[in-house]
Amino acid sequence: MEQKSCFHCGDSCESHAIIFQEKPFCCNGCKTVYEIFSENDLTCYYDLQNSPGAIPKEIQGKYDFLDQQNIIDKLLEFNDDHTQIVTLYIPHIHCSSCIWILENLNKLNPGISASQVNFGKKNVRITFNSTKCSLKDVVLLVSSIGYEPYISLEDFKTGKDNINRSLIYKLGIAGFAFGNVMFLSFPEYFEVGEFWLEQYKHLFRWLMFAFSLPVIFYSAQDYFISAYKGLRSRILNIDVPIALGAAVLFIRSTVEIIFDYGSGFFDSLTGLIFFLLLGRFFQQKTYAFLSFERDYKSYFPIAVTKITSDGKETPIQVYDIEKGDRLLIRNEELIPVDGILINGNASIDYSFVTGESETVSKQSGDKLFAGGKQTSGVIEMEVLKSVEQSYLTQLWSNDVFSKNKEDGFTTLTNKISKKFTIAVLSIAFISTTYWLFVDASKAINVFTAVLIIACPCAIALSAPFTFGNLLRIFGKLKFYVKNASVIEQLAEVNTIIFDKTGTITTNKKSTATYDGDILSASEEMLLKNTLRGSNHPLSRSLYDILEEHNIITLDHFEEHVGKGIEASHNNNNIKIGSASFVGSIADSTVLNTSVHISTNNIYKGKYTFYNNYRTGLSKLFNKLKKNYDLVILSGDNEGELENLKKLLPSKTKMIFNQKPDDKLDYIKYHQTEGAKVLMIGDGLNDAGALAQSNVGISISENVNVFSPACDAILDASKFNQLFMYIKASKSAIKIIKWSFVLSFCYNVIGLYFAVTGQLAPVIAAILMPLSSISIVIFTTIATNVIGRKLE
Amino acid sequence: MSVIYILLSISIIVAVFFFIAFILAVKSGQFDDSYTPSVRMLFEDELVKEPKQSINKEPKKTN
Repeated sequence: MEQKSCFHCGDSCESHAIIFQEKPFCCNGCKTVYEIFSENDLTCYYDLQNSPGAIPKEIQGKYDFLDQQNIIDKLLEFNDDHTQIVTLYIPHIHCSSCIWILENLNKLNPGISASQVNFGKKNVRITFNSTKCSLKDVVLLVSSIGYEPYISLEDFKTGKDNINRSLIYKLGIAGFAFGNVMFLSFPEYFEVGEFWLEQYKHLFRWLMFAFSLPVIFYSAQDYFISAYKGLRSRILNIDVPIALGAAVLFIRSTVEIIFDYGSGFFDSLTGLIFFLLLGRFFQQKTYAFLSFERDYKSYFPIAVTKITSDGKETPIQVYDIEKGDRLLIRNEELIPVDGILINGNASIDYSFVTGESETVSKQSGDKLFAGGKQTSGVIEMEVLKSVEQSYLTQLWSNDVFSKNKEDGFTTLTNKISKKFTIAVLSIAFISTTYWLFVDASKAINVFTAVLIIACPCAIALSAPFTFGNLLRIFGKLKFYVKNASVIEQLAEVNTIIFDKTGTITTNKKSTATYDGDILSASEEMLLKNTLRGSNHPLSRSLYDILEEHNIITLDHFEEHVGKGIEASHNNNNIKIGSASFVGSIADSTVLNTSVHISTNNIYKGKYTFYNNYRTGLSKLFNKLKKNYDLVILSGDNEGELENLKKLLPSKTKMIFNQKPDDKLDYIKYHQTEGAKVLMIGDGLNDAGALAQSNVGISISENVNVFSPACDAILDASKFNQLFMYIKASKSAIKIIKWSFVLSFCYNVIGLYFAVTGQLAPVIAAILMPLSSISIVIFTTIATNVIGRKLE
Repeated sequence: MSVIYILLSISIIVAVFFFIAFILAVKSGQFDDSYTPSVRMLFEDELVKEPKQSINKEPKKTN
C-alpha cells in the first residue's frame, strides 16, 4: 500500500502509523478495537468490508447517568428478572460489517444474549441479562468498539410507540378477498348455464358475500370515517363519493343475492378497495432513517453532571435541573439549560442552534445559552433557567408546533371531488327521474349503477401514485420529502425565504483577506509553522489558505485557550489570536471574524474571514428571481451585507439580526398577506420558521446527522438544484390534471352503460380495474420522464 | 356433483391457511424491516466457517 490508511477506520495514518500485527492503525483507539476483535475471533468484521470502523470517542464519565434506576427504567423496552431489552440508535451503522459485528455482541460479553440490527432505522435491539451486565456495560461495550449510541432526551419518555401496521393488514385482507371473489365469480361472467353451475351458484354468491364482509367493514373503514368527517365539516372530499360508491355496491349486491336478481358486484367492490389501499400504501413511502418531527429533545442529553453543595458529582436528569444548581459540562457535552459560566475555558459550538460552526469563547461570568456544545475541557456553570424556560426551548411553546400543517390545505384531488360529487349526484337523479317515467322497474337499478360506476377510483389514485413515485425519485436525488402533500404545496409557493449561516453558506470558512503591514517571508514562514501546531478551527483554516513553507522547529510554542497562540524561533516572536491578545486596540466596529497577528510585539495586521457561499448560489437566485420573491432572513449581524449584495439579484430582500421568534413572525405576517412561503433553513433557531412556513426545507451537510423538524430535508450538495425540484413539483400537478381527464373518459363510458340501464357486473368488473391500472401506468411513466430530466 | 363441496372447502381452507400465515407474519414484524434480513442471511456461512478457520490456521502456522 502506497498511501497508508488505517486498517480499522480508513483514515489516512499520515506519518505516525501504529503498526500492530503488520496492520497500520491511525491511533491507539482504532488499534484497541482491532485487538478486542482479534482476541474474540471476530476479525471477519474486516473481511466483509474494507476499514468499516469508527474511531472510538472519549467517553469517560459520559454515561454515568445509566447507573440511575429511574433513567434505566425509561430506556428499557422490556424488563424482567433476568431479561432486559433495549433499543439503541447508532448513527454509525452503515454497512454489512456493522450489522455483522453488532449481531455478534454476545461473543464480546456473555451477559448479552442476542442483538438484532435494523439497518434502515440504524438501531440495534439488544437483549441482555442485567445480573451479568448492566445497561451501562452494554452502552460502554458498544461505544468501545466504535459504535457509540445516541441517547437523547427524546428517549426519555414513558411508553414506546407502537408500530402502526394497520395499512398492511387492510391491504392484505382486501387483496385476499379480491383474489378469491374474482375466482368465485368467474363462472358467472360467462353465464354458461351449465347444470352444476346453476345448482351451486347460490353457494358461490354467499361465499363472495362472506369474503367481502371484512373488506367493507375493516379494510374500507378509513374511507367511511374520512367521508363522515368531511361531511360534518361541510367539505365534499374525495372520500365522500368513494364511500358512497362502496356502500351502494355492497347494499345493492347483497340485495341482489338475497332476492336472486343476479350475482352482485362483490368482485368490483373488493377490487376497488384493494386498488385504493394500494395507492395509499404506495404513497406512504417513509424514510426510516430520517425523522421530520425532531425538536430540541432529540439534541439534548438525558442527564448531565450536577455538583452538589458538598462538592460531589452526581448525574441529574435534565428535567430535574433547577435554578441555582451547579452543573459540570465535560468536553463534547451539550449545555441543556441557560446559565452563567463559573469557571473553566468555555469554547462553545452553537452549530446546533445557529448553523454557525465556529466556536465562541466565553469568560467566567458570561451567559451560556442552552443548545451549545462545549468543545474544550471541563466547565462549571450555574443554572439560570430550567430546560423548558430556556431561551431556545421556549420557542417550542409557540402554538405552530402543535398545529398540523396539512389541515389547512385543500388538495387538488379534494378541489375536484367537490364538483365531481355534485355532477355525479345530479346525473344519478336526472337519469332516475327519466327512468321513473319510462320504465319504473329499472329506476332504482339505474340510480345505483350510476353511483357504482362513477366511483372515482381512478381520480383517487392519480395523486398518490404521481406523488408517491416523485417522492421516490426525489429521494434518490437526496431530496427527502416528508409526504405527498408537501410536493403539492411546493408547487404553489411564491415566496422563498433563506436563512444565511449554514444554509446559503457552507460550514467551512475558507476565504480570508489580509489587511495590515505586509509580512516578510520569514514572518510568513513563522506564522505558518506556528499555526501548524494549533488545533483551533480558525488556525486550521488559515493554515490551509497560506502558501507552503519549509517546516521549521519552533523554539517555543504556547497555546492560550480562548485567546491565541504564542511562538518564537531564532529570537523572533509571534503572537496570533484575538485583538486584545496581540496587543492591538480592539476595533469593535468590525463585525467579521478575524485573526490578528503581531511579531516581536509590533502589531502587523489581521486576517478577516468571510463566509463561503455554496456553489451555484447566485445562479440559483437568478433562476428563481423571475417567479419568486426572495428574502434572506439571518440571525447574524450585517457584516456580510455588502458581500451578499454583490452576489445576489438586486431585488432580494435582506434582513439581519433576526431572533428565532422574529423569523416566525415575519413569515406569519407575509402569509396573512397571501404569500405561500417556502422556508429554507438549517439550525434549531429556524425550527419555528420552518414550522410556520407552508413548506419548510432543512439543508443538511449529512442527512444522518440531526436536522430540525421540517417538511423536507435537502442534502447540501444538491442545494443548487432547488429550482429543478420546484419545477418538477409543478410538472407533477400537470400530470395529475391529465390523469383526471383520462379517468373522466372512463367515467363517461361507464355512465353510458349505467344511464341506459345495461350495467352488467362483468362490465363493471372490467372497467374498474382497467381505469385504475391505466392511471397507474400513465402516472408512473410520466413521473419517470420528469425524473430523467432531473438527473 | 357434490364433489364440488369438497373441492370448495379444500380451496377455502388452503386460502384461509395462507391468510393466517400472512397475518402472523405481519404481526411478528416481518414487514417492518425489509433490508437487514437480506444482508443477514449472507452471514450464516461465515458464522459456521469461523471455528473451522481458526482450527485450519493453527496447523498451517506450525508448519
